[in-house]
Amino acid sequence: MMLMKRRDFLKAGAAAGALASLYGCASGSKASGHVVVVGGGFGGATMAKYLRMWSEGGVQVTLIERNPTFISCPISNLVIGGTKTMEDITVSYEGLKNKWQVRVIQDDVVAVDAAKRSISLAKGGTMTYDRLVLSPGIEFMWDQVPGLNNAAAQGKILHAWKAGPQTVALRKQLEDMKDGGVYAISIPKAPYRCPPGPYERACLVANYFKQSKPKSKVIILDANEDVVSKKGLFVKAWTDLYKDTIEYRPNSELKDVDVATNTAVLEFDKLKADVLNVIPPQRAGDIAAKSGLKLINNRWVDINWLSMESTSTPGVHVLGDAIFPAPTMPKSGHMANQHAKLGAAAILNMLAGDAPSATPLVMNTCYSYVDTKNAIHVASVHTYDEATKTMQPVKGAGGVSAARNEIEGKAAMGWAKNIWADMLA
Amino acid sequence: MKPLPTIVAALGMLAAASAAQAADPNLARNLAATCANCHGTNGRAVPGAGMDALAGMEKAKTLQKLADFKSGAKPASIMHQLSKGYTDEQLDLIATYFAAQK
Repeated sequence: MMLMKRRDFLKAGAAAGALASLYGCASGSKASGHVVVVGGGFGGATMAKYLRMWSEGGVQVTLIERNPTFISCPISNLVIGGTKTMEDITVSYEGLKNKWQVRVIQDDVVAVDAAKRSISLAKGGTMTYDRLVLSPGIEFMWDQVPGLNNAAAQGKILHAWKAGPQTVALRKQLEDMKDGGVYAISIPKAPYRCPPGPYERACLVANYFKQSKPKSKVIILDANEDVVSKKGLFVKAWTDLYKDTIEYRPNSELKDVDVATNTAVLEFDKLKADVLNVIPPQRAGDIAAKSGLKLINNRWVDINWLSMESTSTPGVHVLGDAIFPAPTMPKSGHMANQHAKLGAAAILNMLAGDAPSATPLVMNTCYSYVDTKNAIHVASVHTYDEATKTMQPVKGAGGVSAARNEIEGKAAMGWAKNIWADMLA
Repeated sequence: MKPLPTIVAALGMLAAASAAQAADPNLARNLAATCANCHGTNGRAVPGAGMDALAGMEKAKTLQKLADFKSGAKPASIMHQLSKGYTDEQLDLIATYFAAQK
């Protein structure tokens, strides 16, 4: 009842805001209300902080995250390669709680009732919102790899594509592997989370083998017809640094696995590996589909690029890897952070009764290590295009590194430390 | 039915409102936030992480650096590619915003 009353009050506030905007006082309007953010990764954590910061505490924010701490996928390939630890890629939610007064709840959202503007939690209870933000990341499509459709199989043939226990487990498998063994990594067809990530992982595992298990091999089974990201730079690294270690096989889509023998089953071929690392095909996190949001290709959420709001479900905004991407826009942590800032600005305008900005801009930077010191990047800038109603890459901007270099190896860590702070500190 | 003068006045205010919206009071803040991933929230970079802090930097100095990145006069690993994604007007707003962060 209290919440109903509060929402009525907010509606009145929104109407007053609309009136203020009509009289040209938009900058004087102030947002208030309760925003629930689901998922505390690069998108959700950034959203929670920026809503609090930009509203100067005027908007109440609840962040619901199933894990006790944030663990970063970017840099996790260095943990798998053996030069960083889990501690290096783990950040607490204390900054969001204490500095920004975000209410952080460790739980899972099991249902969204968009008509009632309410969510249900796994541990019980419901919560109402004025605006809901879903930043659920990816779900694996296990039905595409039938042999992996059970927990025991998933515990043996790892993805390590969500940083956490799987990152540690994959490192252990590599440490336990005999010298002269084969590590095979299977890459799904694009789009998938972090386009250059699998190629970076292949480099860093090969780097570990060169130093500790020099007779061992890395075989890349790529479902795509060619290297999806930073092709020239990765191919040059494989030729220059890992000629006798890395073998790249394009058009090698995984059809299934034989769990007992660690065998990748392709259409016309099979490959038995000592360590088999399968990155399965992906779709938006479960809660997106369960909430009845419109999906494209039955996989990714269709959103309005001026607000990140679902095209089908008013009041629900979606960020990060879960959305149907704009042209040439990668599924990256950096991009999710930028989605969150676009979304936070739009939500604050909407809560104050104003329209979202008509001219949003987002940019991306992805660094990849090719060994423990040298990195390469891909960068892009995207602006809203009224004609196509999506973000389009700015012509003449962006690009890749001229060559792998140590300056960018340092910049990659600088990027990580700054983006983690931008989200969580 | 509203009397005609009220409607005329309201239309006039609507025109003023859309002009104000074109200016977008938060545009500088929103654009500057796209830099924060590397240069820190509001340009306050994490100390010791090797990234330039932009908060409080003199506007003319920031604009000169960005112009040099764009023209290629200042060598860069990545900023020559990113700066070209922003118009000169957008860079002016960003430099103004960071200069005001003390």
